Amino acid sequence: MSTFRQAKWSEPLIFELGAPGRIGISLPDVEEEKRVVGEVKIPESIKRTSPPNLPELSEVEVVRHFTNLTQMAYGVDNGPVPLGSCTMKYNPRIAWDIAFNSGVDQLHPLQDERTVQGLLELMYELQKWLANIVGMDVCTLHPAAGAHGELAGVLVIRRYHELKGQLDKKTEIIVPDSAHGTNPASAAMAGFKVVEVPSGEDGNVDIEALKSVVGESTAGLMITNPSTLGLFEERILEIAKLLHEYDALLYYDGANLNGIMGYARPGDMGFDIAHINIHKTFSSPHGGGGPGAGPVCVKNRIVDPERNIKLGDLLPGYIVVYDEEKGMYRLKGPGPVSVGLLKSFFANTIPLLWAYTYILMMGPQGLRKVTEHAVLITNYFAKLMEGVRGYEIPYGRGRFRKHEVVLSARPMAEEVGVTAEDVAKGLLDAGLYAPTIYFPLIVKEALMTEFTETETLENIEKYAERLKEISSIAYQDPSKPKEWPLNTSVGRINVPKANHPKYVAPTWRVYIKKMRGEIQ
Amino acid sequence: MEQHPWIPSLTREQVEKMLRVIGVEKIEDLFSDIPSSIKLSCEQWESLDIGLKRPVSEVEAKRIISEKLSRNKKLKTPPFMGGGVYPHYVPPLVKYIISRGEFLTAYTPYQAEISQGLMQALFEYQSLMAELLEMDVVNASMYDWGSATAEAVLMAVRVNKGRKKIILPENMNPLHKQVVEAYTYPHGVKLVTTPYNRETGGVDLEELKKLVDGETAAVYLQYPNFFGVVEADAKAIGEIAHEKGALFITGVYPVALGLLKSPGELGADIAVGEGQPLGLGLNYGGPYLGIFATRYDMNLIRQMPGRIIGLAESYRGERGFAMVLQTREQHIRREKATSNICTNEALMAIAAAVYLSMLGKNGLVKLAEINYYRAHYAWSRMKSIGLEVELFKYDFFNEFPVSFNKHGVKYSLVHEELLKRDIHGGLYIGNYYPELGETALYAFTELHFKEDIDLLVNTLSEILSKR
Ligand SMILES: Cc1ncc(COP(=O)(O)O)c(C=O)c1O
Repeated sequence: MSTFRQAKWSEPLIFELGAPGRIGISLPDVEEEKRVVGEVKIPESIKRTSPPNLPELSEVEVVRHFTNLTQMAYGVDNGPVPLGSCTMKYNPRIAWDIAFNSGVDQLHPLQDERTVQGLLELMYELQKWLANIVGMDVCTLHPAAGAHGELAGVLVIRRYHELKGQLDKKTEIIVPDSAHGTNPASAAMAGFKVVEVPSGEDGNVDIEALKSVVGESTAGLMITNPSTLGLFEERILEIAKLLHEYDALLYYDGANLNGIMGYARPGDMGFDIAHINIHKTFSSPHGGGGPGAGPVCVKNRIVDPERNIKLGDLLPGYIVVYDEEKGMYRLKGPGPVSVGLLKSFFANTIPLLWAYTYILMMGPQGLRKVTEHAVLITNYFAKLMEGVRGYEIPYGRGRFRKHEVVLSARPMAEEVGVTAEDVAKGLLDAGLYAPTIYFPLIVKEALMTEFTETETLENIEKYAERLKEISSIAYQDPSKPKEWPLNTSVGRINVPKANHPKYVAPTWRVYIKKMRGEIQ
Repeated sequence: MEQHPWIPSLTREQVEKMLRVIGVEKIEDLFSDIPSSIKLSCEQWESLDIGLKRPVSEVEAKRIISEKLSRNKKLKTPPFMGGGVYPHYVPPLVKYIISRGEFLTAYTPYQAEISQGLMQALFEYQSLMAELLEMDVVNASMYDWGSATAEAVLMAVRVNKGRKKIILPENMNPLHKQVVEAYTYPHGVKLVTTPYNRETGGVDLEELKKLVDGETAAVYLQYPNFFGVVEADAKAIGEIAHEKGALFITGVYPVALGLLKSPGELGADIAVGEGQPLGLGLNYGGPYLGIFATRYDMNLIRQMPGRIIGLAESYRGERGFAMVLQTREQHIRREKATSNICTNEALMAIAAAVYLSMLGKNGLVKLAEINYYRAHYAWSRMKSIGLEVELFKYDFFNEFPVSFNKHGVKYSLVHEELLKRDIHGGLYIGNYYPELGETALYAFTELHFKEDIDLLVNTLSEILSKR
């Protein structure tokens, strides 16, 4: 067993720190302005009568508190984070430097375009690069994340059918049963009914099942390729043809682009719309849950020849265009047939700057290497795990994986009751972050593992060793894994209790009110 | 390419080892399942216009990007511009904490036990925001104010089943309104605009009363409103909504809450807002921080979008944190989820938590006062040079409309002249409110020193006197 021990600070809550009268920042005084203006004139009906109940800390206490908290967190900067579907690659510090220290943080999104030409040029180039990477014609950088891009995409599908006067019958979006939860959720947010299709044993979409659900009511299909099983959808061209016969559009969920970049492009596979997860494939950090950016690119196919409407006209948000006449970059806002604005302003520019830096430095050669190594590592790891007692690799037997491989701890769970969750906690104890567990839903006891090109060979071997060790402990004494983790800052969290209506406390305010019996 | 700092396994030896174990000859063999008709050759791929079509070193990249970004115009002062996001100070401590790799490079805390510090920080964000808003339940963030407002509207329609009418004030941020339109369009929600009172600048109560009825799912109120006006009748507006069984949704500029009553005190059922002013940069559009809060009422909470971190215990009895109430979310409920949101703005929420911790109760009030006084100082100065600034009777927070109608100039011309002198003026709003004509919204914060304001006013005076 490794000697990992995470810091354990028993750090109080911010509300339990500080003392009345302290402050953590020195603010300017406005006595001169006050002399001119006089007292605050806000009407009593809206004027706050007592200050908000915020804790009072000095700057010293604030820095210590949050520094201690960081020591009880774990990111790619600490070690491997092979969360499948999340593409947790290294987030280059050079991009951090550019994103944080180049003055872009001081640019207002409604500023005169002439004052932000440098930035707009970068964003214009990025749109073009991304379009070429996915084989599409037009990109909007507007959406804030992958799911936001999906919403943009399905709204485009909706508008497409609306403009063609066929929305009343185009009511369904098809998603495979291996799809990420955001796909059906996005389709529903765009007002569609969701139809699920099963996957076959080979990991591909069951084409017969697909044929049986595609029809006049099909508005579109949302799919990842490679799938969430890490397998390339070999019959994608056939699928595209089938869908297009019914004038349904194909939506590409770009979460898994790291598995094919430089080898195949969604645009060439027959997809009409694709989103890109900047915070996965293009190295912007996840920030413990966000921010991200989810540009959406489309094939500029004709929607209405008479009115000269193309698919790109339907995209939401602002697109950077170059005005030849004026010799400058401009932001083109949503036009009359666009699906509109999905957030208040342009885009999540900071993560996009990160992506710009990454693509610039990698070049096409580097990006292809990224994919090659992500795939090489995945298959190497899969090989190391082949035949290890307690695990199996369901679906697509004998097939090469792409960006990720989904192990299953089903045998171990069935034979000795040690589950994917227990395995995950055993990894944490060795100072290794766990894979994504229990997803995709079609794999029992799933351990969805994606190392990305970032991981060292040594760590991959160590990871496989640890999984083997966990298995042998599980078969020797299946009660042991139930006690894990032991080396993290706290022991296993009682999640059911945290969700119990009596205890659930989403804020300190609720906790205090419950203690006082003010709410049940 | 046989070496790259971000691809450690690129060495020939390691590649050969892996290929041997896998049992293939070359890496390309791993891609044999991609149909040849769509498989790109190396040459095809490398001929595409991507980057500079070649790898670029770190020093070169830094030079290239810095050179391009230097083409952004240098301004003498931060823009005098708001409209939903504002130039505010970002303390280095905030930047430092969110740059620490343990937070910066972490994923959503799916593995709770090794992520307790991250979860505590997010719980503290939720809790600090709950105190500021005086609302019980806050989620771990939405994308921004506009999308949070849209999700609040969708939530209200779910909570108030069967009601499809939403009342939006004419004086809300027009961009937020566009986002609401885009999100609600597929759901047959009827968006009805309630006018503002031309005299006060606030929502017109009489007009509102006529519109709220048994079909109304919710009434939205932004305060300060888009004109910066403080909406003195906010409480009455909430009561009008509640009388007819509609939910009351408020949208706030959090810094203003140092001086203004909280959504909780005003009786809001849902509160949304923009966290950008709390320690985030302007970032040319993002990332920002969508604030989303509701009351402790299971009928509301069950319909809430977004991730929530809750207090928890370990089985050993230690205090801890867990993701809670997840049965609302897409990874469990799929098409029945309350929202499709997955990646959010967690790091920005932590930034806001750090900043709110630094400010504390008195700091927040003080910051609000600085903003208030700076803007009112600017207002008096502008008034003294004969600018039309008294458009509305109600007081404002840190932003107000300035009309150039009386001067007979187009605002674009004033803007142009300011820009020539490296000053960026306010936001033209005549396109959204034609009745206001040549009017621009000017905003002032702690970043606009008295000297900056004097410079602006003197320059405006000079521009107008030349006319
Ligand atoms: C396959 C897949 N699709 C979509 C998403 C949603 O992306 P985001 O989290 O950026 O909204 C994810 C992210 O986890 C994903 O893995």
